[in-house]
Amino acid sequence: MIYKDVLDTIKMLEVENLDIRTTTLGISLLDCFDSDYKKATKKIYDKITTLAKDLVKTADTVADEYGIPIVNKRISVTPIALACANNVDEWIEYAKALDNAAKEVGVDIIGGYSALVQKGCTKSDESFLESIPYALTETTNMCSSVNLGSTKSGINFNAVKKMGPLIKKAAYLSRDDNSFGCAKFVVFANAVEDNPFMAGAFHGVGEAEKVINVGVSGPGVVKTALEGMKGATVDEIAETIKRTAFKITRAGSLIGHEVSKRLDVPFGILDLSLAPTPAIGDSVAEILEVMGLERCGAHGSTAALAMLTDAVKKGGIMASSHVGGLSGAFIPVSEDNRMIAAVEDGCLKFDKLEAMTSVCSVGLDMIAIPWDTPEDTISAMIADEAAIGVINNKTTAVRVVPVYGKKVGDKVDWGGLFGSAPIMEVNSFSSGDFIQRGGRIPAPVHSFKN
Amino acid sequence: MKAIITVIGKDKTGIIYNVSKVLSELKVNIEDISQTVMQDYFTMLMLVTIDEEKTAFKSLKEELDKTAEEVGLSIRLQKEELFDTMHKI
Repeated sequence: MIYKDVLDTIKMLEVENLDIRTTTLGISLLDCFDSDYKKATKKIYDKITTLAKDLVKTADTVADEYGIPIVNKRISVTPIALACANNVDEWIEYAKALDNAAKEVGVDIIGGYSALVQKGCTKSDESFLESIPYALTETTNMCSSVNLGSTKSGINFNAVKKMGPLIKKAAYLSRDDNSFGCAKFVVFANAVEDNPFMAGAFHGVGEAEKVINVGVSGPGVVKTALEGMKGATVDEIAETIKRTAFKITRAGSLIGHEVSKRLDVPFGILDLSLAPTPAIGDSVAEILEVMGLERCGAHGSTAALAMLTDAVKKGGIMASSHVGGLSGAFIPVSEDNRMIAAVEDGCLKFDKLEAMTSVCSVGLDMIAIPWDTPEDTISAMIADEAAIGVINNKTTAVRVVPVYGKKVGDKVDWGGLFGSAPIMEVNSFSSGDFIQRGGRIPAPVHSFKN
Repeated sequence: MKAIITVIGKDKTGIIYNVSKVLSELKVNIEDISQTVMQDYFTMLMLVTIDEEKTAFKSLKEELDKTAEEVGLSIRLQKEELFDTMHKI
């Protein structure tokens, strides 16, 4: 028994907020789809409540035995847009079935009310997209996502055009709740099929019948490791991040495999994203500050974040044979207390965040914007972010919330893991004519690798 | 099953006695023990073997939680595998 190693781990758990962010059970619903939506929703509810009935209990027992918290237990399912429905009302029944099943088995969130429209929308996809704002309002524990671009197929600009109005509608329908509906909806380019994190988790069609995916966390652990490194060169810092990511990933991998063994569900992947929470000391932005930036958003932030993301990946890949999902560093504004401070101090602006998303693992995440932001401007934000993803062959996402009735300078509080956010300033010049063109941005030249 | 017990708290008399009493009552074998006092804080690590046929992990944990509350210390019981996995390649 090595005294130092044990105390090292105890410190990570007690002081530095090391936890497993999520154990996500992926379930294929392909065998539940039926031309009669009533039959399909019943089959979906029955399948989820059967396969996931022991998920929460098992995850809690494993967490207890190893003394490492599993913060969220979640379920992801096959993208629901693949099912059959004749109209918006019928789609909403699917959302309710998912939400009710999630509540029945006691998971925190269920994801997969999703559509994959990167190359085009079917008729069915179109009515599905229309249903999303209502589905988000009528459910509490369900998340939704849309993938509208990929490096292989380009960007579905018709879908981009629809996203602005969709997001504004979701914000309006949940106006009594600070437009919280939008916090449960994310728009992707290059979405991955095995992501355990929300709001974007879904169980891809190429996945097995059921699978356990795990998302680790631990920005506090990385921050503490770097705190003692005053005067160290950046490559020394990168090495320490790598070593720390290794330890965090190993813990996640152990817990994931144990849950998978006990549930008799194959282990899928480990997503080693550093995911912040609003808690003090659990911040990705703070890691950048410890590296030597006065605030996150200062010049140099993109380079620091790029190094962090890369070093986390390198350490994580060594620690687990099945690394997947998004894997990098999340920069959700409202969920990171130092990120919030950087916005409030006027250091972190929308444009800098966009630049940082080109090197982080996801994208423009949990950003509150003014209610008077035009629909086309929101679509244009999505177009920009999708372009970064498609051209750089990486996953990007947008989760922005135009908060009903709020303007720059106001603040909104969603509570819990979602945190609070100052309303950020948005470029006020119009993108309207560009967005209204619709069509499809062709796939980039480097997609032709065959 | 091998597990690590970590006891951290203000130093006072009878800490080892109280913890080992629980272990002895539940037939848990202590394989290794090390302790130190840092800035008035007592830290003890115990490597123990739990015979799962005789003692359930859960009941040991409950008993240790009870002791922790009685004597005002933090006592953690965790499977040893976690520490091995995190610190060894």
